[in-house]
Amino acid sequence: MDLIYEKCNHRQAFSFRSNREFDVPFPRELRRQKAAELPEVSELDVVRHFTHLSRRNMGIDTNFYPLGSCTMKYNPKIADVVSSFVGFTQLHPQLLYSETYLDCVQGALELVYHLEQLLSEISGMRAVSLQPMAGAHGELTGVLMMSAYHKHHKNTHKKIILIPDSAHGTNPASAAIAGFQVQEIPSNPQGTLDLDRFREAMNDEVAGIMLTCPNTHGLFEKDIQEIADLAHQHDALLYYDGANLNAIIGQCRPGDLGFDVMHFNLHKTFATPHGMGGPGSGPVGVNERLLDFLPGPRVIKKDNDVFSLDYPKNTIGKSAPFLGHFLVAVRAYVYILMQGNEGLKEVSQKAVLNANYVLSRLRAAFPPAYDRLCMHECVLMAMPYHDWEVRALDFAKALLDRGFHAPTVYFPLTVKEALMIEPTETETKETLDQFCDTMLELAELAKQNPDELRNAPITTPVQRLDEVKAAKELNVVRPLNTPKT
Amino acid sequence: MYPEDVRYTENHEWIGEEDGLYIVGISEYAQEQLGDVTYVELPEIGRHVRQKEPVAQVESVKAAEDIYAPVTGVIVEVNEALEGEPELINLDPYGKGWCFKMDDIDTAQYRRLMNREAYEKYLKSL
Repeated sequence: MDLIYEKCNHRQAFSFRSNREFDVPFPRELRRQKAAELPEVSELDVVRHFTHLSRRNMGIDTNFYPLGSCTMKYNPKIADVVSSFVGFTQLHPQLLYSETYLDCVQGALELVYHLEQLLSEISGMRAVSLQPMAGAHGELTGVLMMSAYHKHHKNTHKKIILIPDSAHGTNPASAAIAGFQVQEIPSNPQGTLDLDRFREAMNDEVAGIMLTCPNTHGLFEKDIQEIADLAHQHDALLYYDGANLNAIIGQCRPGDLGFDVMHFNLHKTFATPHGMGGPGSGPVGVNERLLDFLPGPRVIKKDNDVFSLDYPKNTIGKSAPFLGHFLVAVRAYVYILMQGNEGLKEVSQKAVLNANYVLSRLRAAFPPAYDRLCMHECVLMAMPYHDWEVRALDFAKALLDRGFHAPTVYFPLTVKEALMIEPTETETKETLDQFCDTMLELAELAKQNPDELRNAPITTPVQRLDEVKAAKELNVVRPLNTPKT
Repeated sequence: MYPEDVRYTENHEWIGEEDGLYIVGISEYAQEQLGDVTYVELPEIGRHVRQKEPVAQVESVKAAEDIYAPVTGVIVEVNEALEGEPELINLDPYGKGWCFKMDDIDTAQYRRLMNREAYEKYLKSL
């Protein structure tokens, strides 16, 4: 299929030509000297191009999508309907900063205020800010608050953040960008944080610990109480990566487990669209210790029930323009109200049940990395097929031919030939059975006809990609067709 | 598969003596686990490093992993050929795929690292 750049025939779907002069002349030095090179096609060709592309897409609305760690669950359409109400979509964010017009956005402010309260209640945190615009942005915001806390308390010796070897790659990245040194703590043979190695690493230079719970092995960190106590003895802060909050929601709360600061991935736990279908949203929550450091402005409720804006005393400032991705927040708000208290409990119960069902059906053919009950996802290994030279990647590709999105492969890095499967709570038993049957067929096929797996996929718009070449000879620049004159 | 005349770390680096300097790379096991290497970030020459400090990074189609200093010492040379041909790590991990050379190392630490026999035993335990 041609790229839009290759289809470019210099027909215009939209014209910027205007006879109107600007009131203020645009500075000459900022004007383009020559026209921008945009792919120009007629409006109908634009529509056809992107419609064709969308039909080649594989997404949660078309296929089972057990991409471990990503929580690809169904996004209820009612949330899209509500977030597209003109009262939300036509709000001008600049109204926030005008004393005169703040009364025009009281409804939106109330929604933000109420959603922050709901997230605080769900997480056991003292307060929440919706500002950060994605999960990793939430992480960075959280770590910057930890940094501000230690600066405020003159803890200049605190330079290190401890992170388990099973962590998401964004954790060490966020800590490093915020200026900390990262020290890795290994997992123990049971797949959780090695408590002895953690004790050895813990000293007064440690500013904080970033944990995902359950961790990326899909296992609950059972020593969390001891980890939290030890951290707090050294005035280190405990960070909760909310990537797997969907496994414990309604059952226990990060705030009660001893965490000081956290982020939520609204797109995972609260069924808002994922990246690419985004935009994302990664609110941060804090307990009493970090309350004054939250990003500002914050929505506050005055005595007369009027909503207004204010900055926390020691705020780290804005982490995003305005109040973050407001329309994503609207979707999460709809989801939480729709589920209610009981519904949210069922989310985690079913997510964990579904993952354990898949684990129990597949464990004989694909040994689990840690053979015990899992939480919302299971990490299996494709090791038994090593002798036939069939790898995790080959299973992932063969699944595409059979109408399933691939699970996450080769993550977490601690597990050999990892296949990380997260079915989520929104799938039926029938779908899970179809998937498990297919996996078991593929396991048999790996021994009978390994080439079929190694050559997969054959039914997709493009076949097996050369990942080495793609990484080494990255080429994202495409010249336009020259105008046909 | 695992040379006799070098020493090994738990993180799968190897280090061996050559012309008075110490040469460091990653083991056959490490390159096999990583898969096709696509990029190597090498340390700065002259940098003083402590044992187990991350000093270089190797990226493959599967993962990005740190290479740790096997001993305390100074980085004196890096394998610039890896910038253009990172696949040398896969093709020849103990030869053309070496990563960096060290000097002024802590020889007591060096002597405590695993020999081939101990390393092979360690690999079996993984």
